[in-house]
Amino acid sequence: MEGQEHQAHRHLFEQRFGPHILEVKEQWGELTVVIAREALIRIGQTLRDDPAFDYKMLVDLCGVDRGVGADPRFEVVYHLYSLTHRHRLRLKVRVNEEEAVPSVTAIWPNANWYEREVYDMFGVRFEGHPELRRLLMPEDWEGYPLRKDYPLRGYRG
Amino acid sequence: MAESEVLLEVRRSPLETTMMMNMGPQHPSTHGVLRLVLTLEGERVVDAKPDIGYLHTGMEKLAEYKKYQHVITITDRTDYLNAMGNNLGYVLAVEKMLGVEVPPRAQVIRVMMAELQRIASHLVWIGTHGLDLGAMSLFFYAFAEREKILQLFEAASGGRLTPSYLRIGGVMADLPEGFTARVLDFCREFPRALEEFDKLLTHNPIFRMRTEGVGRLSAEEAIRWGVTGPSLRASGVPYDLRRVHPYSGYETYDFEVPTRTEGDVYARYLVRVQEMRESLKIIRQAVEKLPPGPVTCDDPRVSLPSREKMLTQMDALIYHFLLTAEGLKVPPGEVYVAVESPRGELGYYIVSDGGPMPYRVHIRAPSFANVQALPLMVRGQLIADVVAVIASIDIVLGEIDR
Repeated sequence: MEGQEHQAHRHLFEQRFGPHILEVKEQWGELTVVIAREALIRIGQTLRDDPAFDYKMLVDLCGVDRGVGADPRFEVVYHLYSLTHRHRLRLKVRVNEEEAVPSVTAIWPNANWYEREVYDMFGVRFEGHPELRRLLMPEDWEGYPLRKDYPLRGYRG
Repeated sequence: MAESEVLLEVRRSPLETTMMMNMGPQHPSTHGVLRLVLTLEGERVVDAKPDIGYLHTGMEKLAEYKKYQHVITITDRTDYLNAMGNNLGYVLAVEKMLGVEVPPRAQVIRVMMAELQRIASHLVWIGTHGLDLGAMSLFFYAFAEREKILQLFEAASGGRLTPSYLRIGGVMADLPEGFTARVLDFCREFPRALEEFDKLLTHNPIFRMRTEGVGRLSAEEAIRWGVTGPSLRASGVPYDLRRVHPYSGYETYDFEVPTRTEGDVYARYLVRVQEMRESLKIIRQAVEKLPPGPVTCDDPRVSLPSREKMLTQMDALIYHFLLTAEGLKVPPGEVYVAVESPRGELGYYIVSDGGPMPYRVHIRAPSFANVQALPLMVRGQLIADVVAVIASIDIVLGEIDR
């Protein structure tokens, strides 16, 4: 995405969702927007359906543990792509261990497995997910492997 | 097996006519360790539920404990049929964070390797696809061709399946003597093999009956489910990252992006076969334009100084020590870089906290998204068609489970 287009896009974003935006960052030509968790569904729906955005494709969804002491501790990262505008967007919400993120499976159905993976690896819960259970690890596994306080080896659950 | 599924099986009404069947994880046609829980009504598939995770090895966790330059070897092992392409995606992401210029010769070598790898990967796919549908002999022809490419990789890097040939800032070493001549030999011979494949499969009435109209996926559904690569292009969406967001100089090569509109197994087959021809075109152009010059960048932050410099210049020795002992200094931040793998959009999301090891690496594996859309393609089909559909989306469980 070119710099100018970037600016226009960023501007449009701030105009439409201003109060829900917690942080906007541009680095290495990539646009990252951190939004309030409560507004995720509404913003997601607009991003998908509004032709000005047209983010029809959820390319990727993953979690990041920001560290044991961080508040909020986890980040859920959505990589969206618009085939018509050829834009990429990184959307983020932040969440603590005991809180839940609204599931976007109703907007982008392929979020199903991605959200299960984040739950599996970080223990982040997704509200409204049709079947939130572990995806990669065994069903009876204890602990969440990609958390920073989960050791690489020598773990006893 | 998920407990809930077992209970469901027991509690069903005895008058129901559907049955549940396990396919895999040791079923040969699931291409690795994929398990499908099929709900059947006679021979018809009512629903399918893929179950993954059998090959989970914690690669993303492991990457957080390795220096940036060491993660390259992990990427080899995710999608093990596309090692060069995985290397490429990863090093491009790290280079983007470092702001490194890769010398032109290294860029061309990378493209050449990535396209050879694409052909090698498609050859495994076509061989196993034929095998799944009963065309035994093709498998041997395809693997004989693939062997030639693996030998080229071995000549350049010493490795066949996991070459780890690309480096941050360039490639491991320059091409060995006579390499380009061997590549051109391959380019000359390979079209004949492709013609043979055409005779064996493309115009084979049995193969066409098994694949035409089977496992349809519409363009809207494909986009909704994040399907990329040949599977998306066979549904009529010309989305190829090499063309849409070119990297490594792909914009300077002349090639077509094959698409079909049918969205069935046969369309996916045709797209991939045509892609092999396009890859050949790119490889020929790469050999033609291969410029002389260095194959790693001259940036002491990134690439090791030459042995000679290291022994004669003090600062080179210091850089060498710092790079090996401390690692790269990647500025804090995050990137998402995607490349076109033989299976679709392969993305690397890397978060750096400024330390010598990545803070978080997430691999956006194309097969992960593609296999999630599998139930859409097999619903209403015959059970024998499931085998054809799995083969046609060309999944690699190594990158699905990571």
